Amino acid sequence: MIGLDIAFWILAVVGVIAALAVVLLGDVFRAALSLVLCFLTVAGIYITLSADFLAAVQILIYVGAISVLIILAIMLTRDVQRGSPSNRLRLPAFLVAILFFGGVAYALLNTTWQVSSTPPLEPTTPAIARLLFSEGGFILPVEIAPILLLAAIIGAIVLVREK
Amino acid sequence: MVGLEHYLILSAVLFSIGLYGALAKRNAIVILMSIELMLNAVNIAMVAFSRYIVPLLLTGQVFVIFIMVVAAAEVAVGLAIIIAIYRHRETIDATKIDLMKW
Repeated sequence: MIGLDIAFWILAVVGVIAALAVVLLGDVFRAALSLVLCFLTVAGIYITLSADFLAAVQILIYVGAISVLIILAIMLTRDVQRGSPSNRLRLPAFLVAILFFGGVAYALLNTTWQVSSTPPLEPTTPAIARLLFSEGGFILPVEIAPILLLAAIIGAIVLVREK
Repeated sequence: MVGLEHYLILSAVLFSIGLYGALAKRNAIVILMSIELMLNAVNIAMVAFSRYIVPLLLTGQVFVIFIMVVAAAEVAVGLAIIIAIYRHRETIDATKIDLMKW
């Protein structure tokens, strides 16, 4: 249990620093690389929450695919030289973020959560598969999701196609 | 002893950082990256609730899978739009893309 606590604190600190680097670094490419680091620490956070399947999916989709897409877009748009400047709304945006965090933290620290003492399922993959594909589970959303992905792929191809 | 509140506070911190980035940045790709940060923060909160409140139901983890599907679609379409705008206007500065502003 103490090892889990240490892992959580290391992952949380590294993740928050990486997320801050994403919004504060001037170089877009370095910001994208620290976004990858942040995705990796989120995968570690999933492991400390004993969500093993989600940790693998996080690494495959976010660290593998989405970061490659983002870096590819940065390469294609050559706005890297101009860096990542802030707009005029920097201070109001900071205030909005602080206010939002204050409100959420106040709300969730003043709620008494009904924490269950049951140990979590391990491994989670068979249970998730049963929930996704069985009768009375999430089979309808599972069948709708490919339609959304197909529409997104066709939309992306149409948008970037040379005329 | 790390509990549910720690994970929720971590999620709120990541979401606030992403919110600041999405509101305050000019580069459209950095805005998209901030939105990804916010989606990841929400996912952490979902998995934490699923782990600590209903450890045997796993509904939160299934929701996270669907959020990942939607996020992948969103990134693909968003980056395609950004590249199309860059071809037309030679910039992805969000303050200069104001054709629909009155």
